[in-house]
Amino acid sequence: MPSVTYIEHNGTEYRIEVEDGLSVMRGAVDNGVPGIDGDCGGECACATCHVYVDEAWLAKTGTPSEQEASMLSFAATAQPNSRLSCQIAMTAELDGLVVRMPEAQH
Amino acid sequence: MSEQPPRIVIAGAGHAGGSAAAFLRQYGWKGGITLVGEEANAPYQRPPLSKAWLKGEATAESLALRPARFYAQQNIELRLGTRLEVLDRAAKRLVLSDGTALGYDRLILALGARPRALPLPGADLAGVLALRGTIDADALQAALKPGARLAVIGGGYIGLEVAASARALGAGAVVIEREARVLARVAGADLSAFLERAHRARGVEIVTGAQVQAIEGQDGAARAVLLQDGTRIPADTVLVGIGAMPNLELAREAGLDCGAGIVVDLAARTSDPAIYAIGDCTQRPLPLYDRAGRLESVPNAIEQAKQAAADLCGRPPPPPEVPWFWSDQFELRLQMAGLAFDARETVVRGDMAADSFAVFHLDAAQRVLAVEAVNAPTDFMAGRLLVAKQARVAPDLLRDTATPLKDLAA
Repeated sequence: MPSVTYIEHNGTEYRIEVEDGLSVMRGAVDNGVPGIDGDCGGECACATCHVYVDEAWLAKTGTPSEQEASMLSFAATAQPNSRLSCQIAMTAELDGLVVRMPEAQH
Repeated sequence: MSEQPPRIVIAGAGHAGGSAAAFLRQYGWKGGITLVGEEANAPYQRPPLSKAWLKGEATAESLALRPARFYAQQNIELRLGTRLEVLDRAAKRLVLSDGTALGYDRLILALGARPRALPLPGADLAGVLALRGTIDADALQAALKPGARLAVIGGGYIGLEVAASARALGAGAVVIEREARVLARVAGADLSAFLERAHRARGVEIVTGAQVQAIEGQDGAARAVLLQDGTRIPADTVLVGIGAMPNLELAREAGLDCGAGIVVDLAARTSDPAIYAIGDCTQRPLPLYDRAGRLESVPNAIEQAKQAAADLCGRPPPPPEVPWFWSDQFELRLQMAGLAFDARETVVRGDMAADSFAVFHLDAAQRVLAVEAVNAPTDFMAGRLLVAKQARVAPDLLRDTATPLKDLAA
């Protein structure tokens, strides 16, 4: 199974195996990783699964959709490498992905 | 007395109860956690039931709030298929419907709400359904075959979402609303009018200002909805979507302060220091609006789950959030933030005819109270921020799509 390393704002790291096809948000929520909420369940409706994608992985994770970019444009802590993790589906190609969490989702 | 780690019992395994269990572990609760749920399934997401689940686009796994293994991994005891029957506050003891007794050190009431029943003849006919859980949704899905005729009593969000799903499944749909417009209690007039047009354009019949007299049946099964003016609307499936009643009887009998719901503060504490309450069953402070009220929504369930878990774990309360809601109907994504109490003025930004716009509700001082966005995520996010800041905005600037909302929200 491909793995994702989630790094909390305080530096705590979680290496989690995430089933192919599941979202990076689901991987965190399903395993009790703090810092990713996913209030809307992955509908790209709430912007509470905001992560910063490690620069090395930006090309492989792709670019946000218009809906996602709009949601991110008002996240207080958005950066150029910001994504909503419910919109990144795991694949073998993303094995080893590293994402960091902002200080807060709300 | 031996020092047992304290045990939290969470009564109710919906979105609120399930989230509270997860947040308690995330925030470091070391004692026992027992989650008691009436339904047979572990906590799951209800919003897809009227949409993706009905259309066969969701699975039990995708619906689940957490995977089945999560509860064992997190040492959360699940007691499913049973519910709270007796709450003895003096003894800190519960009796469940399966007859077992359960002691608690701290109790979280996440009792939810139940669909309001239709007090009219024919409400007990086969084919008359409500929608709250997966069992209801499965019955509805089985009924909504191509060519089926669905009548929805009540033009609320659930009714409109199911009507949209029914059309997608090839069934006919009629929405019958008692008030002069759909969503009369929960949305502004502009959004109601837009959605009525949108539904009619996609083949849903909408009847407003209509009083239902009875559901008529044949051989025990629903055949038509009869209105007081004599109109007969043929239907083989009738969805009753006329609101929900909070499950607060047990709390009231136990002597907890109750109003429209179980009264709680911003740490989800009830009038009993050992008892918290979260989700649909509560009446909570609405700090931005200087009043208290009930919020039936997933974001509220999660916010209150965090409040209770934080307080129980000795953490500061999370900052209050702007209440928000979402709904999907056809290809329309609705996102609403804030509550339009005391609204004096509405401003439409964007193009209603192009199915992409937002309605802002302002008070007498031109503070933004609420936003209702349709296919307009930027306006939703900006509106949520404006509401949180209680920002005053000139209506002409808000209306002007050439003025970026980023400037107004700065």
